[in-house]
Amino acid sequence: MPVQVKGEVLSVKPVGEYISMTVVAPGIAEQTRPGQFVALAIGGDDSGMLLRRAFSIYAVRETGVYGGTVEFIFSVTGKGTAWLARQRPYDPIDVVGPLGRPFSLPKDPANCVLVGGGYGSAPLFMLADALRARGCRTHIVLGAATADRLFGALDAKRMAASVAFTTEDGSYGERGRVSDVLPEVVERVRADVIYACGPMPMLEAVQQVAGNAYGGAGIPTQLAVEESMACGVGVCMTCVLPIVGPDGETRMLRSCVDGPVFAGDRIRWDSLGSVPADAVGASA
Amino acid sequence: MTVTLRPQRIDVEQVDVDMTTSLGGLVVPDPVFTASGCAAAGQELAPFNDLAAIGGVVTKSIQLRARAGRATPRMAETASGMLNSIGLQGPGVDSFVDNDLSWLADNSVRAAVSIAGTSVDDYGKLASKLRGKPVSLVEVNISCPNVDDRGQVFACDPHAAAAVIQVVRRNVASGVPVFAKLSPDVTDIVAVAKACVGAGADGLSLINTTLGLVIDTDTMRPVLAGTTGGLSGPAIKPIAVRCVWQVHEALPEVPLFGIGGIRTGLDALEFVLAGASAVQVGTMVFHDPGAPTRISRELRAALGARGIDRLADVIGLGHRPPVISVPEDADPPGDEPAEPVERRPTPEFEEDM
Repeated sequence: MPVQVKGEVLSVKPVGEYISMTVVAPGIAEQTRPGQFVALAIGGDDSGMLLRRAFSIYAVRETGVYGGTVEFIFSVTGKGTAWLARQRPYDPIDVVGPLGRPFSLPKDPANCVLVGGGYGSAPLFMLADALRARGCRTHIVLGAATADRLFGALDAKRMAASVAFTTEDGSYGERGRVSDVLPEVVERVRADVIYACGPMPMLEAVQQVAGNAYGGAGIPTQLAVEESMACGVGVCMTCVLPIVGPDGETRMLRSCVDGPVFAGDRIRWDSLGSVPADAVGASA
Repeated sequence: MTVTLRPQRIDVEQVDVDMTTSLGGLVVPDPVFTASGCAAAGQELAPFNDLAAIGGVVTKSIQLRARAGRATPRMAETASGMLNSIGLQGPGVDSFVDNDLSWLADNSVRAAVSIAGTSVDDYGKLASKLRGKPVSLVEVNISCPNVDDRGQVFACDPHAAAAVIQVVRRNVASGVPVFAKLSPDVTDIVAVAKACVGAGADGLSLINTTLGLVIDTDTMRPVLAGTTGGLSGPAIKPIAVRCVWQVHEALPEVPLFGIGGIRTGLDALEFVLAGASAVQVGTMVFHDPGAPTRISRELRAALGARGIDRLADVIGLGHRPPVISVPEDADPPGDEPAEPVERRPTPEFEEDM
């Protein structure tokens, strides 16, 4: 069950183009599973910025000198993240977490390919740990626009059985996008499942590769989506996307509580940002 | 009753304030509710609040049939507020009764059920579907700005509003209060309020969001897929307090829910002083999921610090005539009464001064 904690900043440090922040937030670390996220209140008690900012959890430490800590990665993209970047050790910060449905893990050892775009790769390293603990072989593919925006290359090299990197400007690894190298990786490592986190266009490209794998037989995917959220806890209904349920019906589901991880073949890619005409309640 | 001018510092844990309030026959031990559309049907807020201890949960407006709502983006952050355009996404009343309402009952949470329809007939059917169910109060949402008519049909026309309230009142079990939720986007909110009360509303919920629009200067288009949206949050609080004030002044006997940007216990107190018998916390739940519990605690402390031992004593107190003299008990208790000060003679002045 998620908790709301009056936490405290432990460290803020630049990582390439991004910022890594670690907060002391007892009660969150011990519950966190890979793919879950935290939602932070921004701007202090009298803030004019009311909406929580959600970040995938990169790492947790259950016990330490300061109690449980949570680490996440962000990029300064607006006023809220600019405020966050200005916080310093000992500054108070209100954290809610862990939130969302985590990645689901294979019951038996499997060959897993983990794909990350930009700092979307952050949750993949906890995932890789959990998969390895189950005897899975993990292969990591990371991509970004430039080398500075590639997150976790060292982690990947340390943890994975094989790695591949792409940058759009060719400054690191192969020039291109993750979806350019992914088909070859899937065949080479005889992948059973693909896990991915990153921008929606990247996730859609990953899903296409997965669907075409093994001559069209396809392999399952577990994709952590990025939809903008206001609350992160399931009450605001802003982060919805069209998802096909087990009954074949499409519903507008909340990415914060029904996701952020969805099986890729359940997402109505052609209808993102809209309500498909055949969705439950679309005609009402 | 005496009201001290300067709040005293006191131990919050020892504050003994009677927070009981009455809402058209429904008596609740606490005046803080969640606002419709900001708490789903309650369950998601249970990790952060003891929902049975607060006044209750006003559920997201329920309709006859499931509704998918609007396309995304549905939300934009604004200065001290947010614009939303959800479009009343929800499961429909049958699923709501089976799943959500029963969860609330099983957990002893008072359910104030918000209903929304597109015709008078819809509202009547919804009300009758709630008969015999564990419903503490019915709130009639006649003012959602995010449906095709932008809330114009019922919220802005006193006759149309009255027609809806009449059919709901007739179909809701007697003893279950019916509240009408009004829009601030009207020329004369008192006229709509009077029409609703005349049609049988036991109380009024003030206010719903106010219609707004945000344009993205990069794409140079409206941010929301639905173009316009409802503005909420602390940015609209003074509008909401004004509406409560005006309606309480015109209809002092009618219980009111104060809603709009309540962030702290003092914000809640402002609404109570304006005439609200209870309050609903909405957008601030997104910022602080534990806000309902915190605001209830802060309101209790704020009353205690002012020497008030019953919430009911201060409902509408802001309307009393201005205080001319300093109350006798402004001095700290236990002190000797101050020596009477002899009035000094007024100096006389020459004529040409």
